[in-house]
Amino acid sequence: MNTPRTLTVALAGNPNSGKTTLFNGLTGARGHVGNYPGVTVEIRAGERRHGNAQLTIVDLPGTYSLAAHSAEEHEARRLLVEQRPDIVVDVVDASNLERNLYLATQLMELKLPMVIALNMSDVARARGQEMDLPRLSALLGLPIVPTVGSTGEGLDVLLDTLAEVAEGRRGTQAPWPSQPHYGREIEDALAGIQAALRSAGGDGGPLPLRWRAIQLLENDPEAAAGVTSEPVRTAVARARAQLQALFRDPPEILMAERRYGYISGACQEATLKTVETRHTRSDQMDAILTHPLLGLPILLVLMFLVFQLTFTLGAIPMGWLDRMFDGLAGLLWTRWPPGAPAWLRSLLVDGVIGGVGTVVTFLPNILILFLAIAWLEDSGYMARAVFLMDRWMHRMGLHGKSFIPLLLGFGCTVPAMMATRILESRRDRLLTLLILPLMSCGAKLTVYSLFIPIFFPAPWRAWVMLSIYLAGILLAIAAAQGLRRAFFREDSMPFIMELPPYRLPTLKSSLLHTWERGWLYLKKAGTVILGFSILFWLLATFPRLPAAGPGGGGAAPADALAHSAAGRIGRALEPVLRPMGFDWRIGTALVGSLAAKELLVAQLGVIFSVAEGERHLTDLQAQLRRAYSPLTAFCVLLFTLIATPCAATVAVAFRESRSWKWTLFQWGGLTLLAFAVTTLVYQAGRLWPAGLRWPAP
Amino acid sequence: MQKTASSEARHPVAGQALAQAGVGQRLRLLAVHGGTGLRTRLAALGLLPGVEFRVLRKQANGPLILAMKHSRILLGRGMAQHLEVEVPHTH
Repeated sequence: MNTPRTLTVALAGNPNSGKTTLFNGLTGARGHVGNYPGVTVEIRAGERRHGNAQLTIVDLPGTYSLAAHSAEEHEARRLLVEQRPDIVVDVVDASNLERNLYLATQLMELKLPMVIALNMSDVARARGQEMDLPRLSALLGLPIVPTVGSTGEGLDVLLDTLAEVAEGRRGTQAPWPSQPHYGREIEDALAGIQAALRSAGGDGGPLPLRWRAIQLLENDPEAAAGVTSEPVRTAVARARAQLQALFRDPPEILMAERRYGYISGACQEATLKTVETRHTRSDQMDAILTHPLLGLPILLVLMFLVFQLTFTLGAIPMGWLDRMFDGLAGLLWTRWPPGAPAWLRSLLVDGVIGGVGTVVTFLPNILILFLAIAWLEDSGYMARAVFLMDRWMHRMGLHGKSFIPLLLGFGCTVPAMMATRILESRRDRLLTLLILPLMSCGAKLTVYSLFIPIFFPAPWRAWVMLSIYLAGILLAIAAAQGLRRAFFREDSMPFIMELPPYRLPTLKSSLLHTWERGWLYLKKAGTVILGFSILFWLLATFPRLPAAGPGGGGAAPADALAHSAAGRIGRALEPVLRPMGFDWRIGTALVGSLAAKELLVAQLGVIFSVAEGERHLTDLQAQLRRAYSPLTAFCVLLFTLIATPCAATVAVAFRESRSWKWTLFQWGGLTLLAFAVTTLVYQAGRLWPAGLRWPAP
Repeated sequence: MQKTASSEARHPVAGQALAQAGVGQRLRLLAVHGGTGLRTRLAALGLLPGVEFRVLRKQANGPLILAMKHSRILLGRGMAQHLEVEVPHTH
């Protein structure tokens, strides 16, 4: 046969087994984060042509077992059980063989063609571990291929073996892997449940009856929910009760023990030389890095470095990009052909270049941040950071890892939201995502630093700034508590995770990870940001003043803005804005700053018709001081902090939550919260008798 | 060996919660008090009744790190309340 065969290969394995590195090696790093039929979880798939076979390789989320506890585990299980790939490759960390093979025993029971990739076999060998692989392979009834993901060693053999197994050449010798035997009592119970399932009629599809019986006896909630037949339910309940009475342990524990027994039996027979040094180096490092006194300071220094790298180093290429786009806009402005419509020039300059500029200038931040995160993750440090931070985050109802995105949120919400990917469970990710805009980002800082010196005397300034930052943090804590009680209550996952031994991350995998994130950002978030940018340009430009001819010149920019949709919205909103102490001018500027927070200052500049030029800022400051009280100014800051995340944030929130419902909930919820808090502060502030007669700065 | 009240708390007798154990303590897991979900999750990570481990690190009101034969497990304080442990009698 010469027609290429199309095979789906699922890569399964424990977290930290080097599965993703192996995936990159197999697909030549051309994998795409595809919207594979999974809903909430991103699953990567890639193509590989090998001999006569066209392989679609799917990188399943890392799991310790097939019992689904998180969205990721659920997705891995669903893909294995419902989609039935043609072959499963179980990626096993050679240096922690027995624990890693636990998943293998469960995969065997699915009766899918299967190959074990004994990964990181170089590390295990270097440490002195010697295995009789043909013996282990015979005992488990599975082909075993030693691989080294980081160097690509063994990948060709793995691909050959996959082809052999798929073509049935390998399968004829051992039709199915040998499965664990659970002992007479449990096997009898399984046989009873299987008989009940059989007589209840097969609705199990391609699933082996034995697998279903095992799941039921283990009291797997998903399997139990799928049972409609009453006789099956009673058979399961009776079997569980009998075994519990007999062994005084629940069946799922007994069966887990038998699986480990089966594994350790096979491993002992096949191990020629064993060592227990997997963690010695790692433990030495942990003696310092998780030290009760030193751990936290080291963590804070590292986080400070990540923050600095991201926003200080990132600011350099950001400046270049900024200048490049400014130059481009200037070029369009000066070289615009006289006959061409001016509105098109305005659209290109303010809408398109402004939008693309916003998208691209974030890119250096995102790339640096993800390179740093890839290093923290791949080195194994992230798990230690979780240990150190969990106590504090836990009080907020968040996961230990949440602090990384939250900290980054003080720089920019966009990369911070993308960093929520380090959280495995959807509940933790959503919760963190929702409260992230309450961290005062860099763009908000530009608003604060313009307003505060205008309205507050020097000794007050630092305190006003601090109070805004603290208000954000306190509101985030309150919001996290409230959201958890309202939406994420039952979904709370038991907090158990493995601390992988420290490893030196490979530059290739870090760069690959970084590139992938950057590209994803440009492709998905970028298009939405550009769309919003053009939308806001339209709002601030149309309808135009009738006096302004097709050239658009002539009318004062302030009048044009007042006449535009943004100005009208600002006016229309005035009754709503009044309780917060805002007038239509602030309203219009707020509408204009929906695209990006720092635009608030520029919009106010336009409204107050400040002439362009050197005295721009001082003029605006003087006018603002005449127009508004310090209390109003403080309320503007508070509103800027809480309300309406910027367009880029909305786009990324959608991209990360994959739900317009949550994105709109966040937008609306934060805006309402801002309205409530700002109104409260403004009204309370007005009640204050003479306290707000602050000295002029 | 004389035992004061405080050393009682640091060295759990048979059937105490893991959350009460002290750092450096060698322990054996007796039972997991919780639902199927918790038991199977712990089992998949190698934490089964009878398994021995050491408490490597512990934070006040925070998580613990357990050292098992081939792995290090980070366990939330809430979880640790559900694990019943004893000091192994051997050596």
